[in-house]
Amino acid sequence: MSMPDRLTITIDGVPLSVAPGTTVAAAVMIAGKFCRNSVTGERRGPLCGMGICFECRMSINGLPHSRTCQVLCENGMEVRTDA
Amino acid sequence: MPSRSQPFDVLVVGGGPAGIAAAVSAASRGVTVGLLDDNLTVGGQIWRGEEKNATRPESRDWFEKLRSSNVQLIAQARVFQQPMPGMLLADTPAEVVELQYANLVLATGARERFLPFPGWTLPNVMGAGGLQALVKSGLPIAGKSVVVAGTGPLLLAVARYLRNQGAEIRLIAEQASRRNLIRFAANLLHQPGKLAQALELGRYLRAVRFAPNSWPMAAQGKDELESVTLSVDGSPETIACDYLACGFHLVPNTELASLLGCELKHGYVSVDETQATSIGSVFCAGEPTGIGGVELALIEGQIAGLAASKQRLPARLLRDRDKLKRFVVLLDETFQLRTELRSLGQPENIVCRCEDVPLAQVRRYTSWRAAKLHTRCGMGPCQGRICGPATEFLFKWRPDSVRPPIFPTGLEALATTPGQYQIVTGGEQ
Ligand SMILES: Cc1cc2nc3c(=O)[nH]c(=O)nc-3n(C[C@H](O)[C@H](O)[C@H](O)COP(=O)(O)OP(=O)(O)OC[C@H]3O[C@@H](n4cnc5c(N)ncnc54)[C@H](O)[C@@H]3O)c2cc1C
Ligand code: FES
Repeated sequence: MSMPDRLTITIDGVPLSVAPGTTVAAAVMIAGKFCRNSVTGERRGPLCGMGICFECRMSINGLPHSRTCQVLCENGMEVRTDA
Repeated sequence: MPSRSQPFDVLVVGGGPAGIAAAVSAASRGVTVGLLDDNLTVGGQIWRGEEKNATRPESRDWFEKLRSSNVQLIAQARVFQQPMPGMLLADTPAEVVELQYANLVLATGARERFLPFPGWTLPNVMGAGGLQALVKSGLPIAGKSVVVAGTGPLLLAVARYLRNQGAEIRLIAEQASRRNLIRFAANLLHQPGKLAQALELGRYLRAVRFAPNSWPMAAQGKDELESVTLSVDGSPETIACDYLACGFHLVPNTELASLLGCELKHGYVSVDETQATSIGSVFCAGEPTGIGGVELALIEGQIAGLAASKQRLPARLLRDRDKLKRFVVLLDETFQLRTELRSLGQPENIVCRCEDVPLAQVRRYTSWRAAKLHTRCGMGPCQGRICGPATEFLFKWRPDSVRPPIFPTGLEALATTPGQYQIVTGGEQ
């Protein structure tokens, strides 16, 4: 089985190319974006990296509140921050 | 309605070193064994991402044993409830699965402890293990500047990993006193297998700036981190950096054990000689029985796996465990949090990151339960896993009893009754 060299996802509509094996949380950090706005409007990014804190939650292909540090990027994936 | 098939003879929850060792050991008897983990693959914290390209001989060995065993792997599955004894529910990306077992091994590991201080919620202020996990999952770190701070041996392991990946480590700030650290180092020399590690670490420490008696006081930045101000051995110092990797030692993941009704003592799951908990068919191994590192996790895992499958326990394993168990106490003593850390957080600083509850609000209450009820502290999706251990240290509050589901689930799993989910069994594959 051959792995593609790069994958392309979109973050808030903007394409980003990443290496296979990259999680969505890492991709969003590579893009220099934040994951979500907190209930008082603070910008937040990943904290624990292990699925515990929920700070990295975003929408993936329309599914809201996904813990993106536990999800690998797939070609064509649509990620929305703050969702 | 799907029929219920053969249960697993031994089901292991948690695919870190302890869980892998337990599953492999139990499978050597020829019984049906399941190994379940909520991550993308097995490996747990220390062996994250090593399944396919192991960098340590030890992890290569165990992954090899796992591959050649007939353990059924169930990845990306997170146990959240026990609808009845002998059955667990796990959430997976696709559905909720029902798992039946005769014997259970809990190997749920640990997480980092976080403490509030000004700026700790800024993006790029992360856990030490947290930043390491992100780098292992694709975040480029070469050429980035990092301050590592907090307490515990994890700080050194993470700093070394990041440096090997090309990061510039500006400082490792360890809150423990110099005296405690010297005592710790002296004791390491008496631990089986730790001498080589200690020497290697000594060599490494000459290459980076390491400061005991030091801790972060504030992180600054507009929308994301720009610099950190620390108390470095008594003097304030501000250091510009891209990332602050900060964690205050580890907290055992005991929620599932509590949910099942296992007895806890001083925050750890109580186990007997055979790693059995107060519930006879439930065993526990690794960090939940005491934060003791990977060697102990592997030995406890083997004992638990052998005991859960009713095999003989080699005296050597029991002896090694008892020796390494002393390391748990040594770690707890060395990296005990100093009282100064209680006053890092200012009244306006958020303690509960899910619900944005500031310290000033929480401080008015006398118990975790009262604070939860009145402020929503700990009521968000992390269910208090971040703010609970913080308030435990800050206010000496005891954690509340654990109620299901122990993780929020996306599905209406709770409204349905057992027997209506896909059943994963230990039967013929
Ligand atoms: C973030 C982090 C990074 C670390 N990095 C290092 C390091 O680099 N070097 C080092 O020496 N030590 C490290 N440690 C210490 C480490 O905890 C131990 O050395 C060792 O990994 C312990 O093994 P374990 O099997 O007990 O637990 P873990 O390795 O923590 O494994 C437990 C597993 O159980 C899973 N789990 C927990 N609850 C559930 C549930 N309800 N359902 C399904 N799965 C569940 C977890 O996701 C995890 O994969 C780290 C600890 C943490 C918290
Ligand atoms: S970073 Fe904590 S859950 Fe993803």
